Amino acid sequence: MDPEITSDAPAPPELHPAWKRVQLARHPKRPHSLDYIDRLFTDFQELHGDRSFADDPAIVAGLARFDGRPIVIVAEEKGRNTKERLQHNFGMPKPEGYRKALRIMQLAAKFGRPVITFLDTTGAYPGIDAEERGQAEAIARNLREMARLAIPVIVVVIGEGGSGGALALGVGNTVLMFENAVYSVISPESCASIIYRDSGKAERAAAALRLTAEDLDQLGLIDTIIPEPEGGAQEDPEAAAENLRQALRHSLLDLAALSGEQLVEHRYAKFRKMGNFFA
Amino acid sequence: MSWFKRDRPDDKKPKAIDEESKHVKTEGLWQKCDGCRQIVWKKDLAANWNICPKCGHHFRIDAVSRIRMLFDGGDYEVFDAALHSTDPLGFVDSKPYVKRLEAARLETGLRDALVAARGKLGGRQVEICSMEVRFIGGSMGAVVGEKITRAIERSLASRSPLVIVSASGGARMQEGAVSLMQMCKICSALMRLDQARVPFISVLTDPTTGGVTASFAMLGDLNIAEPGALIGFAGPRVIEQTIRQKLPEGFQRSEFLVKHGMLDAVVPRLELKAYIARAFDFFCQQ
Ligand SMILES: [Zn+2]
Repeated sequence: MDPEITSDAPAPPELHPAWKRVQLARHPKRPHSLDYIDRLFTDFQELHGDRSFADDPAIVAGLARFDGRPIVIVAEEKGRNTKERLQHNFGMPKPEGYRKALRIMQLAAKFGRPVITFLDTTGAYPGIDAEERGQAEAIARNLREMARLAIPVIVVVIGEGGSGGALALGVGNTVLMFENAVYSVISPESCASIIYRDSGKAERAAAALRLTAEDLDQLGLIDTIIPEPEGGAQEDPEAAAENLRQALRHSLLDLAALSGEQLVEHRYAKFRKMGNFFA
Repeated sequence: MSWFKRDRPDDKKPKAIDEESKHVKTEGLWQKCDGCRQIVWKKDLAANWNICPKCGHHFRIDAVSRIRMLFDGGDYEVFDAALHSTDPLGFVDSKPYVKRLEAARLETGLRDALVAARGKLGGRQVEICSMEVRFIGGSMGAVVGEKITRAIERSLASRSPLVIVSASGGARMQEGAVSLMQMCKICSALMRLDQARVPFISVLTDPTTGGVTASFAMLGDLNIAEPGALIGFAGPRVIEQTIRQKLPEGFQRSEFLVKHGMLDAVVPRLELKAYIARAFDFFCQQ
């Protein structure tokens, strides 16, 4: 679970492509939210706190400009080195993080500014304090209230889309996903320890879970795959950011044509038809 | 297992035991109570809605019994009973998911982990969804997601209140991200129900964890739970592994959640129907 345990050695060719993607999504040099915020936005003004308990550094949120236009950014941040990782709690949000995220998304809605969210987490923090303060309630509320936002919401899975902890920022009109990002209901390690009683079989689990961007695209769960530079985003963060910039421009332009009411309707229709795998 | 008749939900004869049905071994005439450690006759338990006659411990109860218990006269109409998964991932672990679904169907008589029904509760028309924990841990995949969403849509269309009784380990691993997105689908529908001011009571029973707690189960106008139910986001084992310490006594049980402000009340099973009826009277009476 600890992102630092992940080796940064290049994956040997015999690894399953899905598992390679997991390694890339967790690569210690992979650009994280703050790297993209630095490159893509100007005038970033971070906003802190959930107004009821604390400020959760696993989620970074604030006002910024994109191509000169005001937007709101809400992002999961894993941290770029040991010190930062500790500081950001390895990008594992607590309830106060999700509540801060919601507060700031509602602020965006109040003033009619688009929201852009970046998903990058192993998962919501599993701890006593997080449970006591209602981790489940915080995530649930975000899912319902994001559905209500009468503004454009663009979601970008930049690295690890770890289950409900990522999903809590994931209800968007447009869901973009980087080529080597993953999005899953459970981590391959946890899945393997349940089904094979062996977390070492994570590679097999990663393949079975169909968690790559291509998989999600085929399942109709995301809109667009953002290409990465050869070898992964960590090889050329500048180029990765540029690809994201183009994708965000397109998405914002598409959504600009819709009224607040239409945006709510559009988002509803999108999620309503997800997972038509029954007979 | 082909000698079993498929359409007999009550058929609980022992059969080939897999990980999910190990408890079948304890099948017999009596059972040890987790509450008082005494021996309880199964007949007495069944006659008492699976509540220990000696100490009041709430054993789990199946989805159909739950529904019968809540609707007036045990009278109701079932929806989408035939809806079943088409295995979106082609998932295979120790056995193929389709085999797992078939085994669950043989054990429970259901096609997936939820029964959706309409009937009267305290004289008022309501929609009730009831989860079946014996069906792959009560996990939520596309079928559960769709059945709940349709129930919400029926509630909206007829303005009849909604009850969802949760009993689930969370999102269904075997349907991957498809399961995950059901959380959004259901919560979006609940947003509409909320906007339309149609009441929704969430009843959390043992166990309610993961993506079920982190979506509809925590979004009731009232969130109520049965006594002693395990309720949380992360499972206790995962938390123990992460923090490397023992969890406090009673952690993630209903009473703990009330104390921490996450539930409106703990309601014993025998009082559940009256509680819900009274609440809907408060919300709906002109
Ligand atoms: Zn007892």
